[in-house]
This record gives sequence, C-alpha cells and structure tokens, in this order.
Amino acid sequence: MTKKQKKTLIRIVSAGVLTVIAALIPLDGIWKGLAFAVPYLVIGWDVLWSAVRNIAHGQVFDEKFLMAVATLGAFAIREYPEAAAVMLFYQIGEWFQSIAVGKSRKSIAALMDIRPEYAVVLREGKEQEVDPEEVEIGEIIVLKPGERIPLDGTVIEGAGSVDTSALTGESLPADKTVGDTVLSGSINLSGVLKVKTSSEYAESTVARILELVENSSEKKARIENFITRFARWYTPLVVISAVLLAVIPPLFLSGSWADWINRALIFLVVSCPCALVVSVPLSFFGGIGGASRDGILVKGANYLEMLSKADMVVFDKTGTLTQGSFAVDAVHPSEISAEELLDIAAAAESYSSHPIAESVVSAFAGDIDRSRIGEIKEIAGMGIEAQVDGKTFFLGNGKLMEKAGAVWHECHLPGTAIHISEDSSYMGHIIINDQIKPEVRESINKLKELGIKQTIMLTGDSEKVAKAVAEKIGVDSYMAELLPAQKVTAVEDLLGSGAHVAFVGDGINDAPVLSRADVGIAMGALGSDAAIESADIVIMDDRISRLPLAIKIAHRTMRIVHENIILALGVKFAILILSAFGLTNMWWAVFGDVGVLIVAVLNAMRCMIRVKE
Amino acid sequence: MKKTFKLEDLDCANCAAKMEAAIKKLDGVNNATVSFMTQKMTIEADDERFDEVVKAAVKCISKVEPDCRVILK
Repeated sequence: MTKKQKKTLIRIVSAGVLTVIAALIPLDGIWKGLAFAVPYLVIGWDVLWSAVRNIAHGQVFDEKFLMAVATLGAFAIREYPEAAAVMLFYQIGEWFQSIAVGKSRKSIAALMDIRPEYAVVLREGKEQEVDPEEVEIGEIIVLKPGERIPLDGTVIEGAGSVDTSALTGESLPADKTVGDTVLSGSINLSGVLKVKTSSEYAESTVARILELVENSSEKKARIENFITRFARWYTPLVVISAVLLAVIPPLFLSGSWADWINRALIFLVVSCPCALVVSVPLSFFGGIGGASRDGILVKGANYLEMLSKADMVVFDKTGTLTQGSFAVDAVHPSEISAEELLDIAAAAESYSSHPIAESVVSAFAGDIDRSRIGEIKEIAGMGIEAQVDGKTFFLGNGKLMEKAGAVWHECHLPGTAIHISEDSSYMGHIIINDQIKPEVRESINKLKELGIKQTIMLTGDSEKVAKAVAEKIGVDSYMAELLPAQKVTAVEDLLGSGAHVAFVGDGINDAPVLSRADVGIAMGALGSDAAIESADIVIMDDRISRLPLAIKIAHRTMRIVHENIILALGVKFAILILSAFGLTNMWWAVFGDVGVLIVAVLNAMRCMIRVKE
Repeated sequence: MKKTFKLEDLDCANCAAKMEAAIKKLDGVNNATVSFMTQKMTIEADDERFDEVVKAAVKCISKVEPDCRVILK
C-alpha cells in the first residue's frame, strides 16, 4: 500500500466507526444531521474540495462533483445516514480500485522485470561493473551463475545452462557452450561464461522486448474506445435526466419534492461510469501481461481483440509448421539392406556442408571411417560421384541415374530423393524432407475446437510436398508454389472474402504478409528483429502450441470484458429504471456504483491468471 | 517526435480518458495517449513545437486532476 492508500484506509475505518456511533445515538432533527456530518466530512472533505476546484476548471460532470451534489442533496432532504454512507462507500470503492490496479500493475511489472541492472565487462584484464548501455559491440562480458545476461552475444569461453523463461516462457534451461549465442534477458544458471557482445544495449533483445511491452498500452481496442466515448455521453445524460426527474414530475404529478429529489440523487450516484472505464483497460492489461508470461507478446489491446475474432488462420509452411531443416524420412534400398545403403550415402556425403547431405550424415547412427572414402567429384545440377571402399557410386537426382545408365524409378513419397547407384546398377534411394514440428497436428485440432473455421497453409514448395504436409498436419486447405508476393495476394483475397484472418509466419521473408493480415503473428521470433518489428503478436519460441494458447487468452479476455460491460450497464440501467418509479433507495445506488465497480475490477483481475494450454 | 512521460497520482481511469481527449485536441499534437494502467502519457507532436505542446498538455492534465503530476525529464 502506498502512503496515500494507507491514509485513506485510516479515514475509511474511522469514518465507518463514527457512522455506526452516529446511528446508535438516539438523536433527532438537526442533531442527527450534525452527528452524521462528522463522519461525512472525515471521509468526504477531499471529494468536496476537488469538486469545488474542478468546477473552477470547468469540469462539471466530474464524478467527484456528482458525489458531492448527491450527498449534499441527501443531507438537504434529511437522508443523513444515506449521505454519509454514500460518501463512505464511494471512498471504499476508490480505495479498492487503487489497490487492485496497483497490484495488477506491480505483478505485471514483475513479470516483465527482465531489465538487466548491470554488466560485468572485461577491460584491460580487469572485471568492471558498468551500466549495460556503456558496453560496446565486441567487448567481452563475464557472466556468473545467477546473473541476468545484459547483452546479446556469443560464448567464447566456458559452458553453462541458461534460463530463457523470462523471454519465452519455456522453463527448460538450454545448455550453452563456446560458439553458441546467448540472448539478453535470460539468466545464466550455472558455470561462468565469457561472452563477446554482438549488439549495443539499445538494439539488444531485451531492450526491444521492453519497448514493445511498454508501448502496448498505446494501442487501444475498439471496445475500449467505445467505452470511453460511451462514458462521455452517459454521465451528462444521466445527470440531465436526474435534473428533469427532480423538477418536472413534482410540478405535474403527485408526490413530494423530497421523494422526487431522492430519486434524482440516486440517478447521480449511479451515473459514474467508473466500473466500465476501469475494468475494460484493466482486463486488456491483465490479458496482455498474462500472455507475456508464456512468451506471447501482444503489441496492443486492439490485436488481442482482433485475435479473439479471428475465424481463419493462415500459416506459412517453412519455419512455422516445419522446422526448416531437413531429415531423412525413408530409405528404400534395392538389392542391399537399408543400413548398407545409408552407410554408403553417409560416407559419400560426409564432406559436404549442404543441408541435405548433413541430414543424411546425421541419419547414419555410426561413425564414418573417412579412410574408406576416395575421390569425390561434384556433378553440377545432378549430384556427386564418389569413391567409397574402392568402388564408384553415383548419388543424386534422376538425371544423374540416366547419365550413369542405371535403371531407376521415382519414389511414391513426396520430398527430395537421393538416388544411388554403384556404376550402372541401381541401389535405391533416400527420401529427405523438411520435418514437421512437434505438436502441429494437436495444435491445429485445438484451433478447430476454439472456433477457427478454416486453416490454410501457404508455401513456395511444390504441390506434391505441400499436399503431403497438409494431409499429415490436418489443415483444411493449402496453396503451393507461391512466390512471396503471391502470398500477399492470397491473404488479400482471403481478407476480401470477409474472413478475419490471422497469419502465422516466422517473420523472415513474410513480413509484408504479417502486416497485411488482420493479425500478424510471428513464431520463433527470439533473436529475429524483423519479426518483432512487423508482427502484431510475437511468439518468442517456436512452439506452435502457443498459438491456440494465445487465442484462448484472447477469448477469455474478451469474455471478461463483455461480462463486465453487461454487468455494469445491466445493473446501472435496472437501478435507473427502478429508481425512476421510486422502487429503490440510496443503498441500491451505492451497490450500483461501488458494488459493481468492485465486482468488475475483481473479474477483470482474472485476466492475469495463467491459462492452461 | 514521440516521447513518453511518467505520471504520478493519476487516480481515475475516467480522468485519464478525459486528459487524453483534451491533449489530442491541442494544436500541433499528432497523437496522444494517457494510460491509467501504466501511469504514462505518450505525446507525438511536431518537433519544433514539442516543448510548447508538452506545456499545454501538462496544463490539460492539472485541469482534469489537480493532484496528478507529470514527471518531466
């Protein structure tokens, strides 16, 4: 609690006690009024003072002014206990709101507390503690266990495990050793690391993320803007009705002035739109903050709102649904065993650094005896000719097989095929494919359960590969052989069909598509500046299961926002109507104002609770 | 130019909305936000008039909520 909050609490308690005392003393008339005026002034003097000051500033429909008029009016018609109670509860509501918002703010700030305080830099052989902003590119920083990594860089000495959970939500630490990159904002858990920095602080991962999170409150959701506009009309409207209600009916209808004024005062108390105006941004704030705990960074409330409306999810294939790295899918030998075929292929390809060759080598479990390998010749556009164990092998595409004079055949599986022959006798082929990421199929199913009507995969790959991947992962449709510009056109066509399109990409070559879609989501964005720039929502690690989680968070946030709007407006309108007919009293109004505020704020705070995947 | 200022004792969300509306209407302001949640004000305004705009914005704020202070760095 801040000093101000503590002071208010003391005033609330003492005013509460004084009100009870005033109610217990048997007094009448003006004396009763004076007895209740004591707690009233204890709790309400600052409200009265602000009200006066605000009128001087031309702020007529200020909530403090309304409270002042309502309570003074209640004194005037001799509703003393009600007057004191309205002021007391109003202050309780304000106090509660300030505590709740402060608490949310703190817990979200703690969530995002990834700012490195200092960096230990090695200068002239000595360790020196400096501000991260003072470290230049290429300097060596020293990281002890438990320290937060202040700048991005590459490990040049030592080994240890690094906790990236503050950035990605991934709780499993990653082992880092010489040559690996480490990112600022993560924590060194064990081992002393020496790191050569690769960025200045302002350009580092942690600085970019912090900037993104801090700016997220600038972009407001449409519903938020609607509420603000609504509040601008609602309060003056209710106040005008209150005035009319106090003046007109007593002139034409039966009933005393006091009775109608009482009804009008109830209007004034209910006219405060606080419950709405606080709870809606608080919900978004909580939703965005909660999402960041799982490594999902949302750049503004409007994007969370858009994501909740999305009914179509369009994926980029490579790097999003697939690893973007190759692996052996199948080994189809003829004449010899699969192990023998892979053994020959691995040996022949062992000197190549091509990703396809590397995938063959890594598929081969054993060690490769390099003394077996003789001369290796590359045949451009076809493959290689290799001497292994003194024999000549050809490894490559169909054209190479024709050239070698081997009788070969296409494979029924999609993917890249390496055909192998010994001289002109065909020995089989190995099928290599980009590997589908784990959890993709489950995640696509989950999207369906979350009400996504259509999932579409876009790729620049061949029709055959696209079809195979689409069937494996269960997307509704796919579009293959697209150039980057055609991906933009494809998404524009989908947008034109009236769908709310979320596009998921890796941000590497699909930045234009990310910005064109209703919501652009970049996956595996950790360390990719382009993705962080161009996307609306950034998923820090590359786990596709974060996507349904993000949608779930968006749905829940919007549900809570709607609940609060319906609750607040429903209760307020009900009380307004009942009051107009004289069916309520001041206590209803207090509930309509403070009660609804407290319920709405508590409900909004649920947005911060972690959603299960 | 775009700059963010911290606000102290910004006590009510409705006031934040009012401040934002008032600042947006100021001459020379391209965009402005007052966030009750983060207790921050962001102003985007023309470079040559920035200081003048900030002064006017501070006035708007104290008009709506006299206790609220802008931390000018």
